[in-house]
Amino acid sequence: MTVGLFIPCYVDQFYPQAGIATLQLLEKLGVDVVYPSRQTCCGQPMANSGFSHLTQECDDLITENFAGFDYVVVPSGSCALHIKDHLHSEKHPDDAKILRTRVYELVEFMTDILKVKDLKARFPHKVGVHQSCHGLRGLHLSQMSELVAPPFSKPEQLLNMVEGIELISLNRVDECCGFGGTFCVAEEAVSSKMGKDRVADHIHNGAEYITGADLSCLMHMEGILRRQKSNVKVMHIAEILNSL
Amino acid sequence: MTSSREKILSSVKANQPALKPLPQLELPVDVNLDPVENFTLIATNIGSRVFPVSSFDEIKEAIAKLFLPGRIVSSFTELADIAEIRLTDPDPHSLNDVNLAVLQAELGVAENGALWLPEDKMMQRILPFICQHLALVVSKKDIVRNMHEAYQILGNRNPGFGAFIAGPSKTADIEQSLVLGAHGPRSMTVFLID
Amino acid sequence: MKDHAALSEEFNIDEPRVNWHDETLWFIRQKRDRMAHGIPEWEWLRETASQIKNNVLSNLSAYLEQFEINALANGITVHWAADAKEHNEIIHSILKKHQVERMVKSKSMLTEECHLNDYLTENGIEVIDSDLGERIVQLGKEHPSHIVLPCIHKKKEEIGELFHKYLGTAEGESDPQVLTEAARQHLRDTFLTRRVALTGVNFAVAETGEFVVCTNEGNADMGVHLSEVHIASMGIEKIIPERKHLGVFLRLLTRSATGQPITTYSSHFKSPRPGQEMHIVLVDNGRSRQLGREDFRNSLKCIRCGSCMNTCPVYRRSGGHSYHSVISGPIGSILAPNLDMKEFADLPFASTLCGSCSNVCPVKIDIHDQLYKWRQVLVKEGYVSNVKSVSIKTMTWVLSFPALFAFAGKSGRWVMKTLPFLVNNKLNPWYKSREMPVPPKESFREWYAKNRGSK
Repeated sequence: MTVGLFIPCYVDQFYPQAGIATLQLLEKLGVDVVYPSRQTCCGQPMANSGFSHLTQECDDLITENFAGFDYVVVPSGSCALHIKDHLHSEKHPDDAKILRTRVYELVEFMTDILKVKDLKARFPHKVGVHQSCHGLRGLHLSQMSELVAPPFSKPEQLLNMVEGIELISLNRVDECCGFGGTFCVAEEAVSSKMGKDRVADHIHNGAEYITGADLSCLMHMEGILRRQKSNVKVMHIAEILNSL
Repeated sequence: MTSSREKILSSVKANQPALKPLPQLELPVDVNLDPVENFTLIATNIGSRVFPVSSFDEIKEAIAKLFLPGRIVSSFTELADIAEIRLTDPDPHSLNDVNLAVLQAELGVAENGALWLPEDKMMQRILPFICQHLALVVSKKDIVRNMHEAYQILGNRNPGFGAFIAGPSKTADIEQSLVLGAHGPRSMTVFLID
Repeated sequence: MKDHAALSEEFNIDEPRVNWHDETLWFIRQKRDRMAHGIPEWEWLRETASQIKNNVLSNLSAYLEQFEINALANGITVHWAADAKEHNEIIHSILKKHQVERMVKSKSMLTEECHLNDYLTENGIEVIDSDLGERIVQLGKEHPSHIVLPCIHKKKEEIGELFHKYLGTAEGESDPQVLTEAARQHLRDTFLTRRVALTGVNFAVAETGEFVVCTNEGNADMGVHLSEVHIASMGIEKIIPERKHLGVFLRLLTRSATGQPITTYSSHFKSPRPGQEMHIVLVDNGRSRQLGREDFRNSLKCIRCGSCMNTCPVYRRSGGHSYHSVISGPIGSILAPNLDMKEFADLPFASTLCGSCSNVCPVKIDIHDQLYKWRQVLVKEGYVSNVKSVSIKTMTWVLSFPALFAFAGKSGRWVMKTLPFLVNNKLNPWYKSREMPVPPKESFREWYAKNRGSK
């Protein structure tokens, strides 16, 4: 099995350690991973701002870079969802179509495709899980609190394999952090308030770390935590699952 | 000039998508659920007082205990000694001073504590709304599990007006604080009769 | 005119009040959750309701005609209004015919949409809103901030002041019990003296020609049964095919709206009482146009429960008035652009697309997907340049992206230059309450080239 690794643009630039952890984790699990170097962005920031008609170059690049892999793994629910829902290419329509079915967010790839049953990882800390909206409501990584359906959580399923970890519970289990792509600048007041409230819930319930499958949300919360000079840290789930 | 009716209908016709089928309304019914027990629980939760009774004498005793003296109106001949059972003035405004109305509900719904009261059992349409207190009498055998069963029994019967009534009139418009007795009855009493 | 971002910024000046607003609405969301979880077949109900509404939209013209035939046979007068103006004129003509200058009205978002109160007031007719929340905003010369909870933005002390001024309650009195009692006395007098009462419509049944009005307060019934004329205003999308379908919708409506199992009153009006006149006004006002927009037509499935507002993390922290539209919140944001793309171009952007709205929606409207789709339409139609916050703060970022692809494969820090929220600049809105991420020594790309490059 050969997996193409898609590292979202802001992860590449600001959170390389999450990308490295993802790569190492997949390698440890015996997966052959390739990182095509000509990748850029999934196009979501543009599309969510109403400019999906300008994403063709992005889409073509993704298609050219990732066609032919058995799977494409992305350590970001949001980017994975965007590719799944919206990737189209006039140059390579068939490749794009196939690709959409082969894209997986890292957590779901581990639970659903690799069917990981145990991990050699240790992280002796109190951790709050942030359920990012696109991973949650788009990819169904966990059960959504609005629905009347049996509960499950793929991120927590994996985190529970980590030695020493203590997962805290939250007052609002899956409320949005307010990042929302361009929303974070276009609607600064509400976005910041949402972020502050989300962070406060984790702090109130004793989190030392906030983790999740989407660094965009974590980046938002980290910005608020650091402004508040809080000791609470954010960490991508791959780093915890890869920690020893 | 075409009328608005024609304009709207032709615009709707032009814009509506291809016909989509209506779904079936078959659902599994929880047979373990006891309708009367559940009705009592839910009705109490929404602010009704529920009393199982076996005779109109018991209803009369309860009324004497529960309500201050005042004008009582009822559709039950059994209550002729404590209530007006015939309304002589057809003007609905004449009912503004009714303290208690005692009427017969056709059925009760366990899942939400509502009772179906059709116009022919209301005496006047305004009565169950304008009275200060409302008491509805319903037979235990007429408690159904849910709204689907209720409509199955009611079919398309509606004498002109009818209402599901669930509890006393209420509002939470001021800071979500629940206040009973908004514009309609301040209290709802349900007599479950054998 | 201020857009959603600007109005939300104002709303957020008073943070404790934002917390109060957020928590009040979250409390209702939690009540809704408890109610939903008490019904094991909840998701079946939502799916069934959704399918019934899909059927309605696909056969609406026939259902409207069927409803009209049956309503006429029941003794109801049926009117058709193509737009808000015609709706208001019809109401006015009925009032004129009866030489009535005062009317009592229960909750009807449609009359808000048509600005009926303003129209009638200009024509010398006094309208009193009888729903407590609507009466409060009416006294405060405001508009409802929420379709189900019209004065959810107001504190009881502010309501106390209004009541002191207009209803003569004691100064400083803010006990909801006392204030509600004062409104009861004041409005009872109104009910007893008005000859015409107007109500909204929650559901109209094609099969029987009857319509259902749901209230908790009993204000619709108090007005109507004491009046000589009952006028009901309804949007054409409120039709349902058969009476038994009411079972589905009445199970969902109030559980979703307020977390009650059902409203206190679900009144089924089939014919006027002897001596009374009953009118129903069927209003289009852009609905048939929305029906023709494939991507957006299913917004017409809405049963106006307001659950999308209660769950919306943005709505809870921006307040209903920030949407500057009659229907606020997520559903308002997909309905309003149909009426006026220019005026409401900002609303589809007033969301993080978190998707919670679509999940609570009792008729399964894909609200957040439609927000996304409206964004595409508004940009293509050129309306986004009208929205200051979206255009200036965002477009530069977005439009600069294609230029990036030339750098693909290079490892330059292009993100820093292009993602505006990552620009380390005090004018950057990101920086107002958030620190910038710290750039690492090397990007993933660089690390990979070094460590796995030979692979």
